[in-house]
Amino acid sequence: MDAVIRIENLSKTYADGFRALNNISLDIRRGEIFALLGPNGAGKTTLISTVCGIVNPSEGSVLADGHDVVRDYRAARSCIGLVPQELTSDAFESVWATVNFSRGLFGKAPDPAYLERILKTLSLWDKRDNRIMTLSGGMKRRVMIAKALSHEPTILFLDEPTAGVDVELRRDMWQMVRELRDQGVTIILTTHYIEEAEEMADRIGVIRKGEIILVEDKQTLMRKLGRKQLTLQLQNPISTVPPALSQYPLTLSEDGLQLTYSFDTQSDSTGIAELLRKLNAEGIDFRDLHTEESSLEEIFVSLVRDTA
Amino acid sequence: MNWYAIRAIYRFEMARTFRTLMQSIASPVISTSLYFVVFGSAIGSRMIEIDGISYGAFIVPGLIMLMLLTESISNASFGIYMPRYSGTIYEVLSAPVSWLEIVIGYVGAAASKSIMLGILILMTARLFVPFSIEHPIWMLAFLLLTSVSFSLFGFIIGIWADGWEKLQIVPMLIVTPLAFLGGSFYSISMLPPLWQTITLFNPVVYLISGFRWSFYGVADVSVEVSLTMISLFLLICLFTVRWMFLSGYKLKN
Repeated sequence: MDAVIRIENLSKTYADGFRALNNISLDIRRGEIFALLGPNGAGKTTLISTVCGIVNPSEGSVLADGHDVVRDYRAARSCIGLVPQELTSDAFESVWATVNFSRGLFGKAPDPAYLERILKTLSLWDKRDNRIMTLSGGMKRRVMIAKALSHEPTILFLDEPTAGVDVELRRDMWQMVRELRDQGVTIILTTHYIEEAEEMADRIGVIRKGEIILVEDKQTLMRKLGRKQLTLQLQNPISTVPPALSQYPLTLSEDGLQLTYSFDTQSDSTGIAELLRKLNAEGIDFRDLHTEESSLEEIFVSLVRDTA
Repeated sequence: MNWYAIRAIYRFEMARTFRTLMQSIASPVISTSLYFVVFGSAIGSRMIEIDGISYGAFIVPGLIMLMLLTESISNASFGIYMPRYSGTIYEVLSAPVSWLEIVIGYVGAAASKSIMLGILILMTARLFVPFSIEHPIWMLAFLLLTSVSFSLFGFIIGIWADGWEKLQIVPMLIVTPLAFLGGSFYSISMLPPLWQTITLFNPVVYLISGFRWSFYGVADVSVEVSLTMISLFLLICLFTVRWMFLSGYKLKN
């Protein structure tokens, strides 16, 4: 496996004794979109900041494209672009000046044509001479992305890129992230929106209290933990599940009016048709039924809760 | 060396200077002019000559130094404090730049501005009082050394300060008194012997004395001592900044 970022036994203890990262080891594959999920204060931003050089690690090491982020920081940082969570920008600067500044800061020769392309992709070209303070929140977010892309990074960190962004812009960003991935850029994003990870990510990592509790391909994760439920609202209450149906994992509600059948989405046959036939044979009528598939959100919530 | 980064920071800082041109340039020039009107023309005409120099001309080097110190400190401290305050410092910290490149960019810009101001004040002063410059090369050398040293000092304050108040407190409570008591407006030899000795502990004395020597060839302390003291101060500041960046003091946690 070609790891573009290799985090080994990384720990961070702040001066006040707070242990934000606890012995984290994680490989990010070249060219993937990796979503880092976790509740507030789990250590997502600290992890990103450590890789990017904003926070000094207490223990462990990080390699970015083979370069140690502390010892060989020039080479490591040159290939990393960072879009931080906070909208911090030089309010009095123009958009054009600020992206040029970023490019220079990362040691790249001026390339107006490239920056023009970036700004056009992000619909910022018309605003290039505007001061950043005059832009809307969504536009400022785009400026932050343009700054991060200005030096042609091969690894892009997006820390909560769509927080406080309207639906349309969010869709635009997803599109842009996919295009970047197609160009070979590795993308690591943190998010609160499970929907976003579900939509975008190739792999998902869950971080909780400074520890990575799970890393999995999104598809595998959804299959492994994704369960479907069939819920039947009965016409008349029953006291027990009939013995003929004992082979099914059925649960009966307390009032005897609701039967719930859980099944695995992985198996070839769900067994629903047969179950319904047998119910009919037992003379159990139902007035309504519906199925539910657990989403990544439920998976996430149950994960974070289970390990609490 | 990441020259593109140095250039980017330098340009960014200079753009800030020119964006606030009135505040950056006009206010020091106006306040210095006021000093000349009051001390040079109005009061100065009734004062006796010091070391054979008219009072108006005598205070020119001291006043320029006074402005140079306060402006260097305030420019450089503001330059680095602002991105810390707004959070944009993240970009500099995550960029492939060394501490020295960051310092050259920020301090270089602050010192450039101070030197421009110094020359501007010099020209303004010429409108009020006639004076000559005996050692122009040394004059520029002192101008340069002082601007760089005190911009470095301001840079340290900008990293150390964690509020606007702290940012103002060192220039106001320490540097301005030291500059006023450092012989901006009088010669050290005019003080009683005890105070002359005490004054020698004031580092600004060496700056003003050396600078005045480059104008008129007379000094309170020898030029070599002046130069050594400024260079020493510069080195101390440089190593402090280096330590701040390498340890991450108030920059990285």
